[in-house]
Amino acid sequence: MLEIRGLDAFYGEAQALHAVDITVGEGEVVTLVGRNGAGKTTLLRSIMGLHRDVRGSVTLAGKDLTRTPAHQRARLGLGWVQDDRGIYASLNVEENLTLPPVTHVDSAWSLRQVYDAFPVLADRRRAPGTTLSGGEQQMLAVARVLRTGARVLLLDEPSEGLAPVIVQRIRDIVLEVKQRGSTVLLVEQNVAFAASVADRHYVLAEGTVAADLDNAEFTARQGELLEYLGM
Amino acid sequence: MNEILQYTVQGLAAGSFYALAALGLAIIFGVLGVVNFAHGACYMLGAVTAAVLLDLVGMNFWVALLVVPVLMFVFGVLLERLLVSRLTALDPLYNFLLTFGLSLLLVDLVKRQYGVSGLPYTRPEILTGQLSVGDVRLPTYQVFVLVFSLLVCLGVWLLMTRTRIGMIVRASTEKSELTRALGVDVSRWVTPVFGFGIALAGLAGVLAAPFRAITADMGSSFIIILFAVVVIGGLGSIVGAVVAGFLVGLVEAFGQAYAPTLSQIVIFVLMAVVILIRPAGLFGREENA
Repeated sequence: MLEIRGLDAFYGEAQALHAVDITVGEGEVVTLVGRNGAGKTTLLRSIMGLHRDVRGSVTLAGKDLTRTPAHQRARLGLGWVQDDRGIYASLNVEENLTLPPVTHVDSAWSLRQVYDAFPVLADRRRAPGTTLSGGEQQMLAVARVLRTGARVLLLDEPSEGLAPVIVQRIRDIVLEVKQRGSTVLLVEQNVAFAASVADRHYVLAEGTVAADLDNAEFTARQGELLEYLGM
Repeated sequence: MNEILQYTVQGLAAGSFYALAALGLAIIFGVLGVVNFAHGACYMLGAVTAAVLLDLVGMNFWVALLVVPVLMFVFGVLLERLLVSRLTALDPLYNFLLTFGLSLLLVDLVKRQYGVSGLPYTRPEILTGQLSVGDVRLPTYQVFVLVFSLLVCLGVWLLMTRTRIGMIVRASTEKSELTRALGVDVSRWVTPVFGFGIALAGLAGVLAAPFRAITADMGSSFIIILFAVVVIGGLGSIVGAVVAGFLVGLVEAFGQAYAPTLSQIVIFVLMAVVILIRPAGLFGREENA
């Protein structure tokens, strides 16, 4: 579904990613784990077309996106949830939800479905987006890309800074999204969270893919990984 | 008491020009990230165009109020397409220099064509004289300017809060990159938004034409006050631009009435106080500052 081949990314003279190869199959949930500064966010931003100083290719469902601007990548089915959640203060909750255009009608959640799944968003629909709690904002950010019908969700650390009970809720959402057939590429530092939702894992270190593990291997080597991640 | 009401209306009328022009400046900054230094020159161009059209084809004030903003919109669209758009990908400083240079160019072109002494403009009959409210007499034109500007600001506010275009403008003002990443083609709106902002400056110019001296330099002091307005209201804040516009008009009117020598300084003292207390401006958000 999503294929990244030989991706190099640069910030001026500095190279942040070195020949990264990643494949995410249709309906798969794949995580990218790695320390801070390993290049995880740069990778997602490069996939989304927001970081332009790159070489290599990004292909979505067979279509080469290398020259495609960010808004068209979104329209082709990439749904980005950025690490700070990206909720608009000047838009209310419902406007936050309806800002991105629906791109894939067959897989798009209706507003009704979103509100049924997240009643708190329905209750606060007229409130400015940033008056929600951190967990609610995360739900809003995920619901916003679900409403577009995005075929591949790019989630940047959805569990970061959230209370365990909320992380649990986010996990349920990711599993539900997976059940509905969406594809997810998840950046995560929370190894337990990653192991509980994903099929496969890429370990990113200093801008290169250090390991490509299935979930059984990943779970077996959890202790080693935690140590490696410095947690 | 009468006196205070008179100064209030006078201040709000003067503030109307600031509010309309600052609104345009704020919208342009929000969507393009361009601080349009030529905004004062566009205000001047609005007034000059109204005066020239009156002189050449006898276009009356009411028609000019409609036609001049449309012409200024077209001017803005051309400006954006031909010049501004070529620099938006670069450091914002380049567009700052471009618009600053443009304002010098426009001012000198008008000077060359029409001189420095000022163009005449007669107020429409119906707007001359005074309105009596109880035992208070107010200049009809000031009341008209105030009401008209409030209606335009209300219209823009409805456009910004009730329409999809407004939602996109608000979203890209706040987070331009994310808005694109969510599938919104922000670039489609850049040119019309720039034209719209310029049209608002032109509209302020037409409104000022029967009220102020129409000279090539009328925008030069205007733009300086306009920047104070935008800083007080909060850069990029639409509500802030309007509120601060009227506020600065009031401060200026009362300053002129009670401390004429200090009237210009008072505005900048107000600006300094606002920056000290709220660095992002009255309606600005810290992260945007």
